[in-house]
Parts: sequence; C-alpha cells; structure tokens
Amino acid sequence: MSNNIYIPYVMVVDKITVEAPGVKTLRLRFQNEEEGNKFEFKAGNFAEYSAFGEGECTFCIASAPTRKGYIECTFRKAGRVTSGLDRLEEGMTMGVRAPLGNSFPLDDWKGKNLVFVAGGIALPPMRAVIDNVLDRRDEFGDVTIVYGAKTVNDLVYKEELKEWEERPDVNLFATVDPGGETPDWKGKVGFTPNVLGEVAPSSDNAIAIVCGPPIMIKFTFPVLEKLGFKDENIYTTLENRMKCGIGKCGRCNVGPMFVCKDGPVFSKVQLNALPPEF
Amino acid sequence: MSKLSEKTATLLSEGTVKMIIGYEQGTERPRPAFCHTPEDCKLLIFNDQCSSNLAVYLTKKEIIGEDKIGVVGNYYVIKTVIQLNRENQINLENLVLMTVDGDDVITLGNIDEMQQYVDTHEPVPNEKVLAAIEKIDKMSRSERWEYWKSELSKCVRCYACRAACPLCYCNRCVTEVNCPQWIEPWAAPLSNMEWQINRVMHMSGRCVGCGECAAACPLELPIGILTKKMGTDIKNTFGGWKDGSVLSTYNVNDKENFIK
Amino acid sequence: MERLIIKSDQIHTWLAKIIETVPRVLAPVKTGSKAEFREIKDANSVAYDTLTTTSSVKASAFPNTETLFAYEKQGTDTKIYDVAEENFLDTVIWRARPCDAVGFGPLTKIFNWDYKDKLYNERFSRLVVVSFACDKADGCCFCTSVGGGPGNTAGSDIMLTKINDKETLVEVLTDKGQKLIDLCKDCFTKADDSIDKESVLAQVPVRFTREQIHDKLAKAFESPIWKAQSERCLGCGACAFVCPTCACFDIQEDAHGNHGRRVRCWDSCGFTLFTQHTSGHNPRPTQATRWRQRVMHKFSYMPDRLDIYGCTGCGRCSRACPVDMNIAEHLTNIANNE
Repeated sequence: MSNNIYIPYVMVVDKITVEAPGVKTLRLRFQNEEEGNKFEFKAGNFAEYSAFGEGECTFCIASAPTRKGYIECTFRKAGRVTSGLDRLEEGMTMGVRAPLGNSFPLDDWKGKNLVFVAGGIALPPMRAVIDNVLDRRDEFGDVTIVYGAKTVNDLVYKEELKEWEERPDVNLFATVDPGGETPDWKGKVGFTPNVLGEVAPSSDNAIAIVCGPPIMIKFTFPVLEKLGFKDENIYTTLENRMKCGIGKCGRCNVGPMFVCKDGPVFSKVQLNALPPEF
Repeated sequence: MSKLSEKTATLLSEGTVKMIIGYEQGTERPRPAFCHTPEDCKLLIFNDQCSSNLAVYLTKKEIIGEDKIGVVGNYYVIKTVIQLNRENQINLENLVLMTVDGDDVITLGNIDEMQQYVDTHEPVPNEKVLAAIEKIDKMSRSERWEYWKSELSKCVRCYACRAACPLCYCNRCVTEVNCPQWIEPWAAPLSNMEWQINRVMHMSGRCVGCGECAAACPLELPIGILTKKMGTDIKNTFGGWKDGSVLSTYNVNDKENFIK
Repeated sequence: MERLIIKSDQIHTWLAKIIETVPRVLAPVKTGSKAEFREIKDANSVAYDTLTTTSSVKASAFPNTETLFAYEKQGTDTKIYDVAEENFLDTVIWRARPCDAVGFGPLTKIFNWDYKDKLYNERFSRLVVVSFACDKADGCCFCTSVGGGPGNTAGSDIMLTKINDKETLVEVLTDKGQKLIDLCKDCFTKADDSIDKESVLAQVPVRFTREQIHDKLAKAFESPIWKAQSERCLGCGACAFVCPTCACFDIQEDAHGNHGRRVRCWDSCGFTLFTQHTSGHNPRPTQATRWRQRVMHKFSYMPDRLDIYGCTGCGRCSRACPVDMNIAEHLTNIANNE
C-alpha cells in the first residue's frame, strides 16, 4: 500500500441491513486482514466511502471502535454515489478512506451522566458513541437516549433500539412525530425537542450530545439551556459538503474551522465561536 | 455632470428605481457599475469600450430582488433584454432600460421600441471573427477537428464564458449534473470540446452575438467564432433571430437537409 | 548564496543546455496577445517581452486534472493501481516571476497540512525554479503589499536580474540551482560586490500591509462590504484558476464500465454549487458570501491555521477577471474602511 492518501482500503460488504425506506446499513470488513487488524478509530470519526465507478461520499463510522473486525456505515440513497452504494450486494467490494476527523472526548466524560439526543438519520454518528459507552458501561453514569424520527418506519437500528430498551442501565425514549405513529407503537409521540423537554434529564454532572437535522438542533438547544446544560457540556456534529476529507480541497470550512479536521465533533462553545456559515 | 449621471441620479432620487446598473471606469477598461444612491451615478460612463453585457445581472435575484431597476446598456444589452423577455426570465415592468446616444440618454419603454433600436443600430461585424470563420470553413473535416482539439485542449473549464453570458442562467448547468454525467467536469481535450459544443448548441437561436463569452475567456480561446458561426447557420437554415427561438418552435417547413 | 554574472548573449546558451539535459522545461510562450507557461524544446520560444503570464505555473506541481489512482473491478473484487513514478518529471521553470516562486509556499503548506499529499510532493520536489526579477509592474501588481517584491528570492532556486543590456545578475540560492549553473560553468563569472540589484527593480507602491487586512477581517464577517465589492462578480473560476496559491479541487470518477480512475481537478470557491449539500442547502448561497470566503481564506484563515498568507500580489486574478474585480483595489478598500 503506497503512501497515496487518496487510495482507499478495499472493503468487502459482509452484511446489508435495510433500516428504513431508502436507508441501509453496510457492515464492511477489510479485504486485507492485516490492514483490518491494524485499523483503529474513535467514535465520532468519519470516513469517505467509495462506490468504485461513482465516487466518494462522506458519512460517519456508525459502529463503535470497541467492536473489532468490521466497521459499519448507514446512509440514505440520495444521489449518484449513494445510489452506487445502494446497488452493492453482499460479497462485493467498495472502498473506505478512514479514520478521518476528530472524535467525541469520551475520556473527559468519565463518571458523568450522558444524555444523547438524535433525530432521524442522525442516529448513526450517535450510535458509534452510544455503543462505545455501553461497551465501557461502568466508566459512565446514567445513560439517557432521546431518539425521534418522522414515522415508526423511519426509525433506524430498530433491533438495536430494542436492545437498548431492554437494558436496565439505559433510559431510552423513542418518539415519532405526531401523525407518524402506528396502532401498535408503544413509544412516545411528539417532536424530539419537545420529548426531551418532557423527559427533562438533569443537567447535574451531565453531558448532552445532540445530532440531527438543523431544524431539530435549533429547537433542542433552547431546551437544553432551560434544563441548565452549560455550553461546554453540550456536543454536536456538523456536516458540510466534503470531497477530500483531509483539509486540502478547501470546501468544508466554516470560518477558519474545517469540518473534516477540526470536526465533525464540536462543543457548543466552539459552535458559538463559528461564523454563521453552515 | 453628464446627462447620463443626471438622468440616472434623478431616477434614483425620485424613487422610480431602486438601483441603476451601468458602466464605470475600471483598471484598464470599463466595468459594470451598481449605483444605489444619486451620488454613485457620478461615476457612470458610456463609450464604445463599454462591452460587458449587463443583462447578465437581470436574472440574478440576489442582485435585482423584486425591485424596479434601471439599466444603461449598449446595443447587445437591449437585444438580450428582448430575448430574456421571450424566455419569460424578466419582468419588464420592473425595468427601466436606457442607452446613450451621443450625449443623450434614450429610454426604451417597451419591446417595440427595443426592437426598433436593435433594427436600426446593428454594429459593424467583427472582421477578425469573420476572417477566422472563413479560414476554418476552408479546412477539411480532419483539419477542423485538429484545430478545435488543439485550441480547446488549452481550456481549463473556468466557465468564464458561461458566467459572462446573460443567456446562460440555468441554476444547474448541464456540466454540473452528475447523475447522469453528461459531460466530464474535468479539463481534457475531448470533454472540453463537448462542453463548448453543448454550450453553443444550447445557444442556438438565442445568442445575441455580444461576444462576451470570448471576451471573458482568460486564455483568449476562439470560442466567439463558434457562437457567431452558429448564429449564421441558424439564420441560413431557420430564419433570423427576430423570427423567434429556434430551440422552442417548430414549423412543418423546417429544412432537414443537414441530416445526411 | 552565490552571486554570479551571466552575459546577456550567454543566457540563450545556458538555456539551450538546460533544455538538452532536463526532461521538461516550462517557460512563458506567446499565446495570442498574452503569454502562458508551456513546455519548450527550443530556447528561442521564450517570450521575454511580456510582463507575466495569464495563468500561474502551479500546474507544474498541481495539474489542472490529475489521476489519483486507477481501479479495475474483477468480479466482486476491485484492484487499485497507484500513480506510476514515470508521471513525475524533473522540471525547470524558466522565467518565473518572484510572485510565482513564492506562490509555492502556501501550496506546499496546504498539501502537507498533517496529511502529506504524495502526488503534489513528488511533482514539487522535482521542480527547479529559475525566476527573473521584475523591472516593470502594472496597475494590478501589488507584491510589495503582501510581503513580497519585484526582486524577492523566496521560493526560487536561481534568480536572474538584468542589470544592463550586457549583464545579468545571477543569484544562486539552492543546491538545485547550483546544479543548473554547473551545466554551463563557462557562462558565468563572479559578480562584483558593487552590483546593485535594487536599483534596477520595478517600483511597486505599497498600498496596505497584510497585517492591516488580517486585523480588519477579524471583525468583518457581517460587513456590508462583501456585497458592495462583489456585486459585479459573475461567479466564474477564472480568478481561482490563474492564482498561484489557490488549491481548491474537486474529486471525480472517470468511469468506463469495469475500470476507471479517480481524478482531481481544479475547483473554485466562487462557483455557486461549491458548498451546496445534496439536500439543496447551501452555506454560501450568495456571491457576496463566496467573495468573503475568498478574501478571508487568503488573509485570515490561512495565516491563522497554516502560518502563511494565501496571496502573492501577482495580480493575475484581476487581469483575468471579466469584470475587473481588482483584488488590490478591494483589499485597499478593506484596509481603509470600517
């Protein structure tokens, strides 16, 4: 393997899961086992996923670094590259350039209570850090998860949600938007920020991690503020159009910060300092 | 103060228009100017060096908004306004279109007046361009292919030609579509040729012949020859520009003798 | 640093020797009414009477279109092929300007920021830059306002300064430069200490300082100046493409059935779709926001993050711009305002 930073690892698609309409998860293993064994990453890192013949696309690594032998990505079919990834079948190969970006500062959160708030297709980046936390469960305090999607069908990681639901050491509140419930839906009904307000987790010794579409984030921050969360204890991830993922192509910067290098994980303090350019 | 500055300043101070687009002196040659206050109008000039096709700003919502604006343009600006109107891209009620004749400012109040002006003020054809066309016409097909490949291999795909053209107003250009990828977006001899062919084809019957595409090209590539030649071919085959947009009209009597 | 003299009629001889020896020599060549860097095989092809070229010479290290790697799908497998060594040629850049030579500084920093870009480094390491100092400048030049000058040797391996019709001063700045001198040892004699380089250089008035701009920009994000300055901007890529320091690029797929290559090609932050998300959301939705990015990137973000400014004052952007977005004029405006 040369030191050409644009050459991806060749990965084999081990398992495909259809999460929701238009949304798939690919479980990928390294074609070259040795490379796979050497590979390390942290929760929050992202990757550039290649569908050879179509191009590259940026998503988080959706699996936890504590789970060895594979990485996972979850994406919605939206354009040329995601359509190419969507056409892959188990056993086929594709490419990954990883690990890229920064990560969630898990070690800083030891002993604290963690509140995860996610919406729709933004659960994937959170799942990496949630599973990472659950794999190191005794290092952290309470774990609260508020996760919402438009409809029941749009919830991703349905199996994982069941697992989290069943764990006594996790407080999961799944919700769907009003009108998105099915007759047998047992979870909450309401927009994610509102449900967060209802659940009202304590901000005492707590960190809040928020991922979601801009509109959800916009309404979630005030709720967290009301609950007493300080900006230095709130974390989120930013997305921007990316190509190289390594700070060279000049595309993803928000003011002086490059989402691919200084992010995608940002604390609210850092976010506040960013110019309104995202 | 010149009559131009006075007239435009009055339009602004009376609130008739929100902004005036005209020409001002630039570093080496005139450049587009945007006057927001009567004071700004002092900078306006008008001479035969004023070549930018100001109509390019008339399809930019972020520049003109929903306000009524005044434009002091040259012959080609007026011709372009007629074409943009044909294509439903401008609201003539929000436009005060002017030009300068000698010292005087002429206002072209409606399409007929604009067409009248265009009919009676056609500029002298560019001899250099005509000579170049003649030279290429005499080439064999393979010589022409080599000529254009050689010229267009220098193109870097900066799209200054597209940006300067007032009739290239697509929100997403054909080269910016990746699904399907009609034209490869990177610079290479063949894809550069595909880009120019596409650009010129999309101008069929619409191009007003201002030559700003060629003037904008930082590498002085001879792309104005293509639009000029296309215009002549269209005229000879389907009739003059005045008769309507070739791309969007069909006549049973249309010749098809180019299909061989 | 060694100071030598070469007689004017020997320059041709030396260049001919270089062309004989070095795989590729790039020099300004007349193209229509202007000049561009092209590969030359004949020492007579050089356009010495032009001030500067339309485009910079950054393509010698960062080509407009470049293969990143090739791939071949074989059944369910994919084979990847790296770029072969033969693609990187030893190159002499002849008659660069000081503003060209210094332009490699920001490029090298960008392409080595944490991740080392092998393709750029392979090409750049094989360049020898022979620059000619400027005895003339035009209304778009402003090298002296950005820490440079008509005789600035930063980034050059050799600098030639014409002292008079008979003699040219040759400053040998690096080992690479020395190797070129060695190709024609008889062409050179030692320069006398009295040779005054400064006296023959062009006068380029200082209009502002970089620090002035940097400080003003710290508070300028929401300023109305961006809209005012960019109203006439058409949003093409001419400025970015001719600029010696602009490195923004796109990554695309050149696919042909089962095989293909991934390429990178020049892009511009001035294009409307540069930052547009698949969802349609665009963080820089107006030309004003994009113009702001251009200036901030060069004079605020790059010095803050990479410790280097992104502008050499060559004025190419201003000359190439179809609507005369004269960057020196705009920067002076920023320096003197708010």
